[in-house]
Amino acid sequence: MVKKKSKSEWVFDVFNVLIMLALAVITLYPIVYVLTCSISDGNQLMGARGMMLLPKGFSLDAYKAVFNNPNILTGYRTTLIVVVFGTAINVLMTAIGAFLIIQKQFAPRKILTYLMIFTMFFSGGMIPTYLVVQKWLHLGDSLWALILPTAISTYNLMIMKSGFESIPDSLTEAAKIDGANDIVILFKILFPLSKPIIAVMVLFYGVQHWNSWFQAMLYISTRGKYPLQLILREILLINDTSGMGATGSIGDQYMIGESIKYATIIVATVPILCIYPFVQKYFVKGIMLGAVKG
Amino acid sequence: MTNVLKKQKSTGAHINKPPIGKRIKKELVRNRYLYLLLIPVALYYLLFHYLPMFGVVIAFKDYSIPKGVLGSPWVGLKYFKEFFSGIYFKRTLTNTFVISIADIIFGFPIPIIFALMLNELRSGIFKKTVQTVTYLPHFISLVVICGIITDFFGMNGVITRLIERLGGENISYIASPKWFRTIFVSTNIWQSFGWNSIIYLAALAGVDADLYEAATIDGAGRFKQLIHVTLPGIKGTIMIMLILRFGQVLTVGYEKVILLYSTSTMDVADVISSYVYRMGISGGRYSYSAAVGLFQSVVNVVMLLIANRLSTKFSDTSLF
Repeated sequence: MVKKKSKSEWVFDVFNVLIMLALAVITLYPIVYVLTCSISDGNQLMGARGMMLLPKGFSLDAYKAVFNNPNILTGYRTTLIVVVFGTAINVLMTAIGAFLIIQKQFAPRKILTYLMIFTMFFSGGMIPTYLVVQKWLHLGDSLWALILPTAISTYNLMIMKSGFESIPDSLTEAAKIDGANDIVILFKILFPLSKPIIAVMVLFYGVQHWNSWFQAMLYISTRGKYPLQLILREILLINDTSGMGATGSIGDQYMIGESIKYATIIVATVPILCIYPFVQKYFVKGIMLGAVKG
Repeated sequence: MTNVLKKQKSTGAHINKPPIGKRIKKELVRNRYLYLLLIPVALYYLLFHYLPMFGVVIAFKDYSIPKGVLGSPWVGLKYFKEFFSGIYFKRTLTNTFVISIADIIFGFPIPIIFALMLNELRSGIFKKTVQTVTYLPHFISLVVICGIITDFFGMNGVITRLIERLGGENISYIASPKWFRTIFVSTNIWQSFGWNSIIYLAALAGVDADLYEAATIDGAGRFKQLIHVTLPGIKGTIMIMLILRFGQVLTVGYEKVILLYSTSTMDVADVISSYVYRMGISGGRYSYSAAVGLFQSVVNVVMLLIANRLSTKFSDTSLF
């Protein structure tokens, strides 16, 4: 049974599609712009006007300069280390935390849940946390300072809890009867059965580590340990493209400096742009699970 | 009769409650693996959440690193008084409120409207594409976003040139005190509206399909269905999100402020958290900045509780 659309409905539908289209363009345009500028010729870019939908000339010099920059390379390395180890610790700790608060026979379960949720609404604030990490635990200038203080996001833990709760009790109970202890149940039964939710966690935490810069600014003082985002900040926002290995006159350096900015953005964002389309559906799933019970 | 009851009671108590030491021991033995797993989790929350919460006492002390938290002398409300009577109190509070309220007024309804419009799309592929595209900025790092903002709104930036073509000036808009907040809030919305709409889409998917059918039979058009079925269906979610948002009213994304502000925009851009950062981390005034930070946390919690109370009263939706 197909109902005929009224005239006003037609108008609405067309209007709606147009607005959605416009929103998609507005969202995507800055990224397209940065991409076109990054492969444009630096000299022609300076005088360029307009929307830059097509590159002005073609040159990969900016990318060469970016990859010749030792700061970018060390930044990449630090970020990769933090993403890999940080995310592993995140997922492990979050899974353990979520596992603990679904154990009905576990006496401190309720109080533990309350203590976790309380931290979502109240915190000691930036300064006391900084003092604990820096002066008390002496984690300053160590990559642990980028990993441990954010080892668990309580919000993610609640998502994980919903994920674990969707696994039927009968499975874990059967394992218990077979003599499996709690640790075995967590890692041998719940983990393999929660692959989608673990994928969500890996992605949430991984992206968070990839994009994080503020903690590094607080705790890391040695330049060689700066993560990528902190190096990016220098290049993009403090306008420091020195060390970019652009040979030639100062004028040349300035010309290439403009497109270097864009190339740096692309180099730092490409990993996310690449994995994003494939994992998008998982992200959505994660949010939905979180929405079931906040 | 009473005897029997008494007897039952006493035996019942006897069965349920062995001595406390024994019960603890039994629990520890039975759940020994869980307690083993509890250690790292408890340590994390203790060290990185609860220790800083106790550390907040330095707001009432004259903290210095050599004396430590416990050894430093108490000064009562000295640092709170200093903040409330200083010139920065009015400036940071105004900026925080203006940016935050603008962000709520404009930023809160847009994801809802967007989700509703998306929900009306018939074509599956087009809908998916729009979703994929609009969620994307959420994953791009703030440093990159701010780099793009300063580039686009700077002198000769692509948006500045567009404004110029429409009859405006070619100036750096991001460095202009008149435009800073507008750019700040609108780019916030740009980055987050897609992502924030997910939760409403989830709620929309949960609205009972029978209700729509019944409404159609009753002759309700799509607009009437929206008013009488869809909106009531997602009202709960909207209220919860609004309460949570009010609990963050004094938390303006300070990372973004710190990345974007400059000496020329300080007067309109400096918010409480960025001030805390400058005083505490850059300036080393730990006690003073901890006091300012505590003021912010407390206001946030109070706002959350007020919003929750109002919501319970007027819409029967509440957080706890």
